[in-house]
Amino acid sequence: MEKLHFSFDTKEPIQKPVHVGVVASGDLEVIFRPTTDTKSDINIVTGSDGFKEVWQNVLDRFFARYPIQANIEINDFGSTPGVVNLRLTQAMEALKDEK
Amino acid sequence: MTKRSWTTNHDAKNSKLENVASMMDGKFVKTENAKELLEDLIAPGDKVVLEGDNQKQASFLSKVLASVDPGKVHDLHMIMSSVSRPEHLDIFETGIASKLDFSFAGPQSTRISQMIADGTMNVGDIHTYLELYARLYVDLIPNVVLVAADKVDRDGNLYTGANTEETPVIVESAAFKDGIVIVQANEIVDEVPRVDIPGDWVDVVVQADQPYQLEPLFTRDPQNITELQILMGMMAIRGIYEKHNVQSVNHGVGFNTAAIELLLPTYGEQLGLKGKIVPNWEVNPTPTLIPAIESGWVKTIHSFGGEVGMENYIAHRPDIFFVGKDGTMRSNRAFGQMAGQYALDMFVGSTLQIDKYGNSSTVTNGRLSGLGGAPNMGSNPTGRRHSTPAWQSLRPDNDPLGKGQKLVVQMVETFGSNKKPVFVDHLDAEEVRKEAKLANVPIMIYSEDTTHIVTEEGIAYLYKTDSMAERQIAIEAVAGVTPVGLRSNPKQLADLRARGIVALPEDIGVHRSEAKRSLLAAQTMDDIVDWSDGLYNPPAKFRSWS
Repeated sequence: MEKLHFSFDTKEPIQKPVHVGVVASGDLEVIFRPTTDTKSDINIVTGSDGFKEVWQNVLDRFFARYPIQANIEINDFGSTPGVVNLRLTQAMEALKDEK
Repeated sequence: MTKRSWTTNHDAKNSKLENVASMMDGKFVKTENAKELLEDLIAPGDKVVLEGDNQKQASFLSKVLASVDPGKVHDLHMIMSSVSRPEHLDIFETGIASKLDFSFAGPQSTRISQMIADGTMNVGDIHTYLELYARLYVDLIPNVVLVAADKVDRDGNLYTGANTEETPVIVESAAFKDGIVIVQANEIVDEVPRVDIPGDWVDVVVQADQPYQLEPLFTRDPQNITELQILMGMMAIRGIYEKHNVQSVNHGVGFNTAAIELLLPTYGEQLGLKGKIVPNWEVNPTPTLIPAIESGWVKTIHSFGGEVGMENYIAHRPDIFFVGKDGTMRSNRAFGQMAGQYALDMFVGSTLQIDKYGNSSTVTNGRLSGLGGAPNMGSNPTGRRHSTPAWQSLRPDNDPLGKGQKLVVQMVETFGSNKKPVFVDHLDAEEVRKEAKLANVPIMIYSEDTTHIVTEEGIAYLYKTDSMAERQIAIEAVAGVTPVGLRSNPKQLADLRARGIVALPEDIGVHRSEAKRSLLAAQTMDDIVDWSDGLYNPPAKFRSWS
């Protein structure tokens, strides 16, 4: 198990919390919470060690496309980058739906 | 000058058969005499076809062949579409065989790779199925063929039923060119349900000690279909099946295409596509097609081979499948591959690696799996001239003599379940070629034939690109955070989206949050059994005992 932390300067605060996915084999849960900070903090607990660079790449891509300001908690059990991106983008769709 | 004989092959065959006459009762030989029979009928250096396809294996004859005396029978040139069983390779270690022409070696891929590298085996070619069958009639004409039948009657007529597969194409190549046709039979009967191979083409029949090996190779348990595969399936249905008005299709064997089969009756129905797309299929009778058949999506299915557990369902759906008067399915792998290559609008498959140019292969480090049927289905025969909307939709508008193209779609997640990138700069196959000293890099589907790539990121419409550089940029745009994908930048992506070369889910109206397992028409094997009205009988390993 590995704990990772990332931080991004962002400018689009979210208004409501969102929760997508479950912690199951090959899957993960993603929780977005509103923040008063001027950046986004991402705290990850993952069952697969040694993938920090891949997480960095996935998150770089995500925040380049969706610069949301939020506290993000991710609990991962061996997801592929594709599944991580699916959950993150599903959370974005859920945010839009609630607007 | 002595008069030349024009019947040397014929005479040689007759003399061989005369030598074994004492063992024979008509065409029949006793199980226990099989070894002696092969030692007498197979000469050193003979070209021998041993029937082994994806599912059905002439497993009795392959065991007997592995037991012959290498002093008598050696240096055979084996021709096999699928190398599946351990004894298929054991015979190279004992010297019974020395050369191999084959198409697919899935279960034996690691061992075959080592045997080629260390010189235990000499490889002719790794063929596509159609190439291998075709060469049986040109420069790989067999001396002996060893095949399997379900039932054989007293005259040697064969019933091969749902698993006919490649028996006809193998037998014909020998029967009319003085080759010897040897058949293992599950059962010897007074009357066969129907004649799949005429007895006239058969020389020897041996009762096997047990029925031939048969694998349910194409059954996919819907329980293992992931939401990512569902998302990709939704994108394919909208962005390819609907967009190109696809009428006829072959699906590969993976979970990606199983997801599509199970989305047609639900997601496809919501989109109003029923009756508009994919009525005609060339595909093995996969259980995951049952909901689409039952709900009226699928009109016809021709199959390469059978699938364990589907027999009774198929017997009750002769409007859909190719079924004999006896009520069981007839398959034919050679015709199936021909249809797959030449008649279909579209092939949809998956792979283990795609390079930056769009070449793909399932051959990875140290594993020479061969390529199966995908290179036939997944290639564009340039002589075709179809008028179907899908084929025509790929015709370039700026060329008055331009023609359409078969849709060849690769569906992959950017990273495999082992978290290795699927998109790579160089295929492992390039290295495998060197190690195994092959004439060609074992690429499964070439870049030039690949028209679409679907990933969880989006669809790349490669046929719209007009240079290799642009093709590479389009591939990078859907390659996620793989090393290849990281080269893509937001400006390129925006440009490709604007020009319709790349589509993201939102560009084709696909909502990621709808990609849920509940969208599948069947989520378990039990659901499939229910859809089939209890006619589908899943093999034991697919049953839940809860």
